[in-house]
Amino acid sequence: MNAMQTPVIDAAALKPRIAASGVQVYYGTNHALKDVSVDILDRTTTAFIGPSGCGKSTFLRCLNRMNDTVASARVEGKILLDGQDIYDKRVDPVQLRARIGMVFQKPNPFPKSIYDNVAYGPRIHGLARTRADLDEIVETSLRRAALWNEVKDRLQAPGTGLSGGQQQRLCIARAVATGPEVLLMDEPCSALDPIATAQVEALIDELRERYSVVIVTHSMQQAARVSQKTAFFHLGNLVEYGDTQQIFTNPQDPRTESYITGRIG
Amino acid sequence: MSIALLSLIVLGLAALGYLLGRQRALAAAGGDMRRLHSLPSYYGASVFLFTAVPAFLAMVLWLLVQPVVVDRSTAAMITAADVPQGSSHALVMADVRRIAAGLDILVARGMDEDLLATMRADLSDIRGRLGGVGVAVAETVSPNVFEAAKSYRSLANTGRLAMAAAVLALAVGGLLYAAFRITPDLRARNIVESFIRVLLIGASTIAILTTLGIVLSLVFESWHFFRLYPAKDFFFSLTWNPKFGGGSSLGVWPLVWGTLYVSFVALVVAVPLGILAAIYLSEYASPTVRGLAKPALEILAGIPSIVYGLFALITVGPLLRDWLAMPLGLGDSSSSVATAGLVMGIMLIPYVSSLSDDIINAVPQAMRDGSFGLGATPSETVRQVVLPAALPGIVGAILLAASRAIGETMIVVMGAGAAAKLSMNPFEAMTTVTVKIVSQLTGDTEFASPETLVAFALGLTLFVFTLGLNVLALFIVRKYREQYE
Amino acid sequence: MTDLSAGLPHAPRSLFEADARTRRRNAAEARFRFYGMAAVAVGILALVFLLVSILGNGLSSFRQTGIELQVTLDAAVLDKAGNRNPEDMKKVTTVGYGKIIGAALVEGLAGAGIDTSALTTKQVSALLSDEAPRRLRDMVLADPSLVGQTVPFRALASGRVDGFLKGRVTMESARLDSNVSPEQLEVVQAMKDHGMLSLAFNPSFFTNADASELRPESAGLGVAMLGSLYMMIIVLVLSLPIGVAASIYLEELAPQNRWTDIIEVNIANLAAVPAIVYGILALALFINFMGLPQSAPVVGGLVLTLMTLPTIIIATRAALKAVPPSIRDAALGVGASRMQTIFHHVLPLAMPGILTGTILGLARALGESAPLLLIGMVAFVKDYPSAPPQGFMEPASALPVQVYQWTQRADPAFVERASGAIIVLLVFLIAMNATAILLRRRFERRW
Repeated sequence: MNAMQTPVIDAAALKPRIAASGVQVYYGTNHALKDVSVDILDRTTTAFIGPSGCGKSTFLRCLNRMNDTVASARVEGKILLDGQDIYDKRVDPVQLRARIGMVFQKPNPFPKSIYDNVAYGPRIHGLARTRADLDEIVETSLRRAALWNEVKDRLQAPGTGLSGGQQQRLCIARAVATGPEVLLMDEPCSALDPIATAQVEALIDELRERYSVVIVTHSMQQAARVSQKTAFFHLGNLVEYGDTQQIFTNPQDPRTESYITGRIG
Repeated sequence: MSIALLSLIVLGLAALGYLLGRQRALAAAGGDMRRLHSLPSYYGASVFLFTAVPAFLAMVLWLLVQPVVVDRSTAAMITAADVPQGSSHALVMADVRRIAAGLDILVARGMDEDLLATMRADLSDIRGRLGGVGVAVAETVSPNVFEAAKSYRSLANTGRLAMAAAVLALAVGGLLYAAFRITPDLRARNIVESFIRVLLIGASTIAILTTLGIVLSLVFESWHFFRLYPAKDFFFSLTWNPKFGGGSSLGVWPLVWGTLYVSFVALVVAVPLGILAAIYLSEYASPTVRGLAKPALEILAGIPSIVYGLFALITVGPLLRDWLAMPLGLGDSSSSVATAGLVMGIMLIPYVSSLSDDIINAVPQAMRDGSFGLGATPSETVRQVVLPAALPGIVGAILLAASRAIGETMIVVMGAGAAAKLSMNPFEAMTTVTVKIVSQLTGDTEFASPETLVAFALGLTLFVFTLGLNVLALFIVRKYREQYE
Repeated sequence: MTDLSAGLPHAPRSLFEADARTRRRNAAEARFRFYGMAAVAVGILALVFLLVSILGNGLSSFRQTGIELQVTLDAAVLDKAGNRNPEDMKKVTTVGYGKIIGAALVEGLAGAGIDTSALTTKQVSALLSDEAPRRLRDMVLADPSLVGQTVPFRALASGRVDGFLKGRVTMESARLDSNVSPEQLEVVQAMKDHGMLSLAFNPSFFTNADASELRPESAGLGVAMLGSLYMMIIVLVLSLPIGVAASIYLEELAPQNRWTDIIEVNIANLAAVPAIVYGILALALFINFMGLPQSAPVVGGLVLTLMTLPTIIIATRAALKAVPPSIRDAALGVGASRMQTIFHHVLPLAMPGILTGTILGLARALGESAPLLLIGMVAFVKDYPSAPPQGFMEPASALPVQVYQWTQRADPAFVERASGAIIVLLVFLIAMNATAILLRRRFERRW
């Protein structure tokens, strides 16, 4: 394996961070996800697309075991992070989630100050030894989320007082602050206006230089803009997975073609 | 004519009116229902309502006003000389009413009205005769009192007769008016519905009338109290020592202290346990555990306070005394602040936990997801995200619990004791505002004395206090809910 | 810019081993979880402890000690006229019957060979309740043909004897007790060994009125239960229609304005006003101002109605709110008026919810005692009130107040009675709550 110094979109040369095989998810008796196998590559943005209820968000939530918080959910199959099964009973989901961060569909800042929102993760994981360390992490994360300039004068103001786009970038900063290796984003732009969306997309592109990013999106244009790999889900099945360009220009499966040309969905 | 009979007659008239109205409507339309504006039953109902409602309203009003009027006019007949030493005008008036009631019974048992009219207190044995029909009258009946009673009786009887006449006249008048204006074009349904609407509005104002009644009765009697006893001493004196013969000191502070101390102990027990239980049930427990534990806690909430009072009296009190207070040398009373506080705390656990449960559940799931997604444990999520977010709501819940603790009566009556003290020792018997309200109003002291009337001032204090807490709590909770809607 | 992407500085690369910090955090997690579990457990244990304490103290009140006697009903004493006419026989008071029972007891003791030489005659007859002669007299007056015969009669034993059989009175306590001596208890023990004396089901606990301080063994709940029933009737008849009417107005018709706001705030606050304040209101308004009689169910019923109204209004409004607007639209759409829509469609659909709320409100009212103390329901009432409506104006007691009254008496036998009364009260409450739950289950509708 060669150490990658620059982000090059060369999928073949990248190692897979997450390898999922034969994943099944049940909500009670409802079979929500059927036998999904996907490899998520390092330093790559992977987009999950598909119509509503197709299982893409469900699969995303499997990747950091957020489905554990739903009492009726049951997950089968194997998901490996760097070769280790994340559903192994020795795995502490808390530790796992520190390494696989998540940004949600609706901005959900805590009812705390902007500073405390970002510092929350580093505090619970004990990432900062001194106050100065923490200040630095907060600043770095906010800068990385392209929010620093807008909020640097009011770090003690409540996070809930920001605009929608700012809130979502705050949530991204919050997720980045724990230093995850993989960042999961569940329709991060669905509640945002076009300007804020553009900012977040630029951010995703920047984050890809360091993290593996997985994004669920409803917008095919967005998938085409930000991702290198795309997976198309339909009715709980993974229909097709490949390079984004190939999916959008030359889909192999007729269902994929119907979807991207707007006939189903 | 008794009220029951009068009501029956009015209802009968109204029923008659219903049939008549229906009949007349159909007749006016030539038997063809379609020519009527409304269904025939609405015409009937409109007559029914016009007959019954004004008549009953007049009756209720009359019943409320008549005693006041009769009292006024007879009260003037009692001179200061008729009021014995140590008694009061109000007490003599109570005697007048009792004698009048006794005379009614005598007449009902066959005594001649004419004989009664000529009867004189100084000549015949009124007391003996009244005693014979079960009406006890104190000492001798002075002529003035007896004459007042006679006049009270005749006024009341005249009033009754006048009321019956007025009510019946209204009923018949209403019936005739409503029945004879029926035409096919009359909007009977609209009339009936407006009538019902007025009745519904009336029902909803009962809440306001109740509040008004509470405030007026408290303020009115407290004002009486403060005319007899200086407000300064009530609010600033540190001793509570009512005496039968007068010269009592009625300082509110020992009672307020006892109340606050007991409530404090109760909250110390109930708040942590209630909140922890709510957190466990909403964030941790499996559905089975929740399904069993929640109803169990709700049962605890449905148990009347008298049961907790008995529990304090026969079980918890002796237990605390024998195992804690006596070995520690802190006291030997089974009634104590600790007993009442502990039991009241148990009573409040489900109250706090169900309020907190609602509030914790109102925190959006997205908040929790955000925290879990960052790798926080459930307890970190609860302590650092959910609880701070729910804090205003929980403060509101605690205030509501505090208001219940302060107003609770039976547990403290049976568990806290009766001695008004300013002490820090939780194993000592102390007393509360509510205990003293009960004891001052159930005692044998006469009603017009400051020792009895002080209960109203205590009630007013209690009401203002709890009302303040409730309004504040409801305001906080409402603001909190708006935040997440 | 520091490089954060290298991961946690101290995190192990393997997911399978927890680092020290995670272990610490998980331990804190386990502790916190345990606290929560402990809090729930404390609540439930308190409930169990409370129930065990009440049941342990009160269950024995359902059984009462009686002495099996063969009573010779001497015609010369009981029916001097000899014509078996109950009117004439009424001249013989309980004192006469007391002598007969006393004699029967002495005879029974002698027959069983129990040595009573340590006791005076008075001490022997003190084993019997003062209530026993009254019951014998009632029995004879009901059936005069018994006179002249020797009949079996189960005489009520005195409270102390009853306490001895239930373990409340012991030889030690008897030494300090002026009402019973250890010698008497020796005799009681012998009688028990001979089977003359036993515990049996005590129906009079449910039918008798309250009894005086000296006769705990005959005190019963009859008047209290009837008084509570009368009050519940009044509460139901008044609070259900008024509550529903008010809710309909506020939920369906009222415009959103200041006046409605005031009413709503009022109702919310009334629900939280301390019960004792309602008692003060009742005393000042119903008794002092309107002149209604003290201790009467009508006053109790009125004040409990005022207390129950907010509960019923809140429940009814929730039930009305749960009926979806589409139902109203449908009815209005076919030309029904607002009132017709409400009374034909919305109200029937909301009825199960309203009834559930009403039953729960009644259950609360049934257990309420503080306001009743202030309107004189603590008075000692030994006669049944007559049938309604007259009975509503006559003195009666109520279940929770009866409990309170018994706890204020010196004789510990009354603690047993009070706990027994609580059990009865709780049985009623459980029955009402269970009805409400069943009703909710049976008619619950999801839209």
